[in-house]
Amino acid sequence: MLLNQFLLLGAVLFCIGVYGVLARKNGVLVLMSIELILNSVNINLVAFGMMGGDAAAITGQVFALFVITVAAAEVGVGLAIVLLIYRNRTTVDLDEVDLMKG
Amino acid sequence: MVDKIVFFAAAAACLAGAVGVIWSKNPVHSALSLVGTLFGIAIHFVNLGAHFLAAVQVVVYAGAIVVLFLFVIMLLGVDKAEQLEVDPLGGQRPAAAVVAIAGVALLALLAVRGVQVTTGESSKIAALDSGPSNIVLLGRALFTDYVFAFEVTSVLLVIAVVGAVVMARRAPKDEVSAQ
Repeated sequence: MLLNQFLLLGAVLFCIGVYGVLARKNGVLVLMSIELILNSVNINLVAFGMMGGDAAAITGQVFALFVITVAAAEVGVGLAIVLLIYRNRTTVDLDEVDLMKG
Repeated sequence: MVDKIVFFAAAAACLAGAVGVIWSKNPVHSALSLVGTLFGIAIHFVNLGAHFLAAVQVVVYAGAIVVLFLFVIMLLGVDKAEQLEVDPLGGQRPAAAVVAIAGVALLALLAVRGVQVTTGESSKIAALDSGPSNIVLLGRALFTDYVFAFEVTSVLLVIAVVGAVVMARRAPKDEVSAQ
């Protein structure tokens, strides 16, 4: 199996995720796009690990495991923030959450 | 040969799901598309020999995180279409098109010239040999070399849980009346 296909897939997923973060206005969908970005990073980590032999493979997988953990924490806090914004402003449209705009 | 077929099938599922996440008008459809992407990535992990990670991917992402997303979407009742036509920043769409064309050109170059252009040497991926299983190796690495990072991660999770609970709970009645 070639490595480059995995890296290309990771790059494309990353770009789709960045597009989602920039283009969508719904706060929940922005968080979902961030999940896409984190997953593309995981693909890269595991694929690169596989390139470097057994020890590197395990290292890459441990890194990916940590990324998954951080993603879970991020989703928990992020969705709590979305919930708070909705409670205070009755909207999750990020264009309308401009209280701190100068 | 088989792993190539598996790769392209799973990659198609991944990309279709990802496009579904960002293009669906309905957030519920986006969440379900996200499940497709995550399953595709789990298949990639199996393909790469990371069996434990594939299981974690399905259990944690598809089982817990997406359910959390769906829960919040349903709770907020934001499952109505959003307006994507309004352009908040003038001129960003032509600029985005230029950047996108450049990015696609770069990716096409990598896809065509691939091996030599990216890493400078031929890439290969071999499955783990039939020594200790993936989980044994992963657990050994996690609790020896990476034990400090592992403990810090547990602190991070505790902080995240406490933070989420503190933010999401309603203020008790007496605090509200005191303000």
